[in-house]
Amino acid sequence: MSGMSIIPKTIARLLFPFVAFFGAYIVVHGHLSPGGGFPGGVVIASAFLMMAIAYGLSGLKRESALVRAEALETAGGVAIVLLSLLGISLGLNFLQNVLPTGFLGELFSGGILPFLYLGVGLKVTAGILLVLLSMLFAFGGEE
Amino acid sequence: MNERMAGLMLATIVGVLLIVAVYVSLPEFGSFPLRNIGGNRENAIGQRILENAPRETGSGNVVTGVVWGYRGYDTLGEATILFTAVVGVVALFRAFGRRRA
Amino acid sequence: MELNYAVAMMLVALGLYCVIAKRNLIKMIMGLSVLTDGIHLFLISLGYRAGGTAPIVAGEMISDLQGFASRAVDPIPQALVLTSIVINVCILALALSLAVHIYRNYGTLKPSEIRRLRE
Repeated sequence: MSGMSIIPKTIARLLFPFVAFFGAYIVVHGHLSPGGGFPGGVVIASAFLMMAIAYGLSGLKRESALVRAEALETAGGVAIVLLSLLGISLGLNFLQNVLPTGFLGELFSGGILPFLYLGVGLKVTAGILLVLLSMLFAFGGEE
Repeated sequence: MNERMAGLMLATIVGVLLIVAVYVSLPEFGSFPLRNIGGNRENAIGQRILENAPRETGSGNVVTGVVWGYRGYDTLGEATILFTAVVGVVALFRAFGRRRA
Repeated sequence: MELNYAVAMMLVALGLYCVIAKRNLIKMIMGLSVLTDGIHLFLISLGYRAGGTAPIVAGEMISDLQGFASRAVDPIPQALVLTSIVINVCILALALSLAVHIYRNYGTLKPSEIRRLRE
C-alpha cells in the first residue's frame, strides 16, 4: 500500500519519538504508578502503526517483516518463563521473588516484578504489530 | 419483525430482573470490607492483601503486587492466550491472497 | 444516588439484545464487546470504599501504611478486570478475522444465509 501526502508524513515523523518514549515510561514504571506492561505495549505498538500508515508498506518485504515481529514476540514470552524458573533453580517456589526488594517507591524495588513487566510489554507490542501487519499485507499486497 | 420484537422483550425482561436482583441481594454501594452476602460475616480478603502487599512484594502499586505476586499463574495463562490469538490471526491471513474464490 | 450497578446491568441487557436480534455479523460482535464491558463495570464497582483512594503507595504515604490500608479501595477486582480486558481483545481479533473470511467466501454477512457448508 502506498503512503499518504506530505502533511501526515511530517506529523508522524515528528510525533513518533514522543509517543514511543511515553509508552516506554508507562512500561518501566509499572510498579510505581498505574499502567504496566499491557497498556504500555499497546501505546508503543500504536506509535509504530502510525509510522506504517503514514509512510506506506511498499518498502517492506512480507516475509522478513513478519519473521522479525514473530522473533520479538517469542523472545518476550521466553523471558517471562525463564525469569519465573529462576526461583526453582535456587530451590524455592515457582515465580518466587528472589532479587532483593529495595526501599518502597524507588525505581529499583520489587524484586523481579519490573523485569516481568518488561517481558510482557515486549510481547504485547510485537503481538499487536504482528496482527495488524499481517492484515495490511493480506489486503494491500506488495507492489 | 417478529424476531426483533421477541429479542427486545427478552432483553428488557432480563435487564429489569438483573437490576432488581442486584439491588436486593448486594450490600449498599461503597461498603468495601464488609461481606454480608449469604451467610458471611467477616471481612473481604482484599483488606488483608492491602495490609501485607507493600511489605512482602516490595512494590508501591498494590495491583502489580496482586497481578504478579499473589496471582502470578493467572497472568502467565493470560500471556499464553495472547500468544494463541496472535498465532490464530496470522495463520488465518496467511492464505488470504492465494485463493481468489 | 449511585447508578453504577444499574448502568452495568443496562449495558448487559443492551449487549444481549444486539447478539440476539441483529442481522449483521459485525453488529453481533460489537454487542459481545458491549456485554463484556458491562460485566467489567459491575466487577469494579463491587470493591468501592466510600471516600477511598487508589491502591497505590506513593510520596508521602510511605510512612503511614496503616492509614493507607484503611483508606484504599479493593485491589483484587482490578487485577481480575485487567486480565479480562486482554482476553476480550483477543476474542475480538479472532472473531473479526473470521468475519472477514466469511464475507470473502459467501459474499454476504447475514447469518440466515450462511447456513450450509459450501462444497
